[in-house]
Amino acid sequence: MSRTRFTRRLPATMAVVGLALAVAACGGGSSEETTTVAADQLKPNADLSKQSLQVTVWEGYLPEELPKRVKEKLKVENMNIAYHDTNETAMAKLTASGDSGVDVAFVSGQYAQALNEQGLLEPIHPELIPNLANLYPEATQLSYDKGNKYSVPYTWGTTGICYRSDLVKTPPTSWNDLLKPPAWADKKVTMMTTERWLALPALKALGYSVNTDKDEEIEKVREALMAQKPHLLTYDDTTFGDRLVSGEALMVEAWDGWCPTTNEKQNIKFVVPKEGSDLWVDTMVIMKSSKNKEAAHALINYILDPEIHSWAAENINYKVPNKAAMDRVKIAPGSLLGITPAELLNGESIIDLGQASTKYSRLSADVKAK
Amino acid sequence: MKSEVKARPVSPARGRRLGALVFLSPGLAYLVVLMLVPLALLLSDTVFQRGRFGGIVYEFTTENFERLLDPLYLNVVVNSLKLAALTTLIALLLGYPTAYLIAQLPRKWKTVALVAIVLPFWTNFIIRVYAWIMLLSGPGLVNSGLKALGLGPIEVLYTEGAIVTGLLYSYLPLMVLPLYAAIDRLDPQLREASANLGASAFTTFRKVTFPLTLPAVMTGSLFVFVPSFGNFVIPELLGGSKSIMVGNLIRDQFLKARDWPFGATLALALVVALVLLLLAQSWMARRA
Repeated sequence: MSRTRFTRRLPATMAVVGLALAVAACGGGSSEETTTVAADQLKPNADLSKQSLQVTVWEGYLPEELPKRVKEKLKVENMNIAYHDTNETAMAKLTASGDSGVDVAFVSGQYAQALNEQGLLEPIHPELIPNLANLYPEATQLSYDKGNKYSVPYTWGTTGICYRSDLVKTPPTSWNDLLKPPAWADKKVTMMTTERWLALPALKALGYSVNTDKDEEIEKVREALMAQKPHLLTYDDTTFGDRLVSGEALMVEAWDGWCPTTNEKQNIKFVVPKEGSDLWVDTMVIMKSSKNKEAAHALINYILDPEIHSWAAENINYKVPNKAAMDRVKIAPGSLLGITPAELLNGESIIDLGQASTKYSRLSADVKAK
Repeated sequence: MKSEVKARPVSPARGRRLGALVFLSPGLAYLVVLMLVPLALLLSDTVFQRGRFGGIVYEFTTENFERLLDPLYLNVVVNSLKLAALTTLIALLLGYPTAYLIAQLPRKWKTVALVAIVLPFWTNFIIRVYAWIMLLSGPGLVNSGLKALGLGPIEVLYTEGAIVTGLLYSYLPLMVLPLYAAIDRLDPQLREASANLGASAFTTFRKVTFPLTLPAVMTGSLFVFVPSFGNFVIPELLGGSKSIMVGNLIRDQFLKARDWPFGATLALALVVALVLLLLAQSWMARRA
């Protein structure tokens, strides 16, 4: 199950060999010009057969047969899917020129927020998406976009500690169990390396916001991470689930969808530490530059159909913010799909920090350099 | 180029230059389009500001160069230099005797030995690095072997030792091949003459063989040092991201931090450092 996220990120590690310089070289400008179309020009009865859709999404994040079904059901001319491996590459794609050619993009909430602040997103027209009614009420109260004005949530989840309940002496309850591992877990814990999640456990353990930009708070986090480093097995964003299964690690910082709790042989459990955690949401957005906005709305409406939307929960083990879809899903014992929307909303959404995000980049380099 | 010109003594000077230009143009076009233009873009990106989503905001700043002097980043550069230099030194110590021995083999076996040296390159780089993870991991082959010998498990994976091992394994052939070419070309009569004049085997090596192969030593060292210095896959996979090299730093600026100008500045610093190194090498090669 963790394979999906795995493929979402691993290419970033591998395919980039030698690309970094090329990317540097081709540094075209991020032009902020976009074709402006007034928000109220959409026609509910537009002829979709004259529109075709270009979607960008993480690989394995949508059912494979979706383009074929969309063509049959919505009668659009064509639907083409391109993949991005991280939010960052999606951003590069969407902001590199005035018209990226993309109609619908899948990005995480804080990136949708940032895109909207740059004026790149088309407001969502709720009248064209009747299936919005399928969403949990909580899913309209997400802090990066209250009321789903420019984004529609596709999947959501949180971050916690994933652990081997058969091998730990006492089950972890606090981020400090990971930050200051007891002797039996020495060098058997892993942390995530992506900047904001690298900082998350220490931020929460110290009682700070996950979105802090205060230098003195980030300095305290740095100290905590430096103290933890000698007791760490490794930093790992992709294979921590496998490390638990093999017994190489006993406790790991993990996204819920990646924690293999349904592995029958091992007793792997997931806990959201008592200090709290984050709430991440992957969303669907429509680009302002799209020339196929009616078809784009129709596609989002179709994805919110319980049958289509439940695919993500059933096949990639991600919770979806769609009540009608979740009602269809049979939740296995121990499965993290059982975490309720109310529990999720206790988490703090990670928002884009703009220029202050370089503080987290520096923190990450600093911790790893020493 | 000069010899090419000499080869056609009858043509008038202008025709010669035109001919040279025609023959040079594919190479020149390649260098201009794929080398000079990207380098110029890289250079220009270093003086602009970071866009919020990556990309470049075209407002002038010198901040990127100021950040380059931040002890944190200097530290990463120094650490990369250290690891690459250590890798190069070990590669030389292992590679020189290997190349020397291969050069002494009968012709048939030389080919076999050389094919064996390049054989690992036929497999994908990432797969070979992953193989080292399996070898070095806690319950892996190396540790179970050591355990059987009573030498007890050692912790290598996710340390700098593992990084050097991986770099060494990946780039050792690049040291052996130029050294072999140089040693094989050496006129055996020079060594015979040295021996006839009463030099011991060691003196012959020190005063004749080694100085004559010094340019190849420099070439091989560069071939190992350059890719080791900029590598970011091995530190991540074998070093467990616990220590980063300058390659990781550059990669992270583009793919995680969305800070292209600073990434370009770091890349430029890397290019400058390596060009200086190349200049030093060619200077030494000319003197040798």
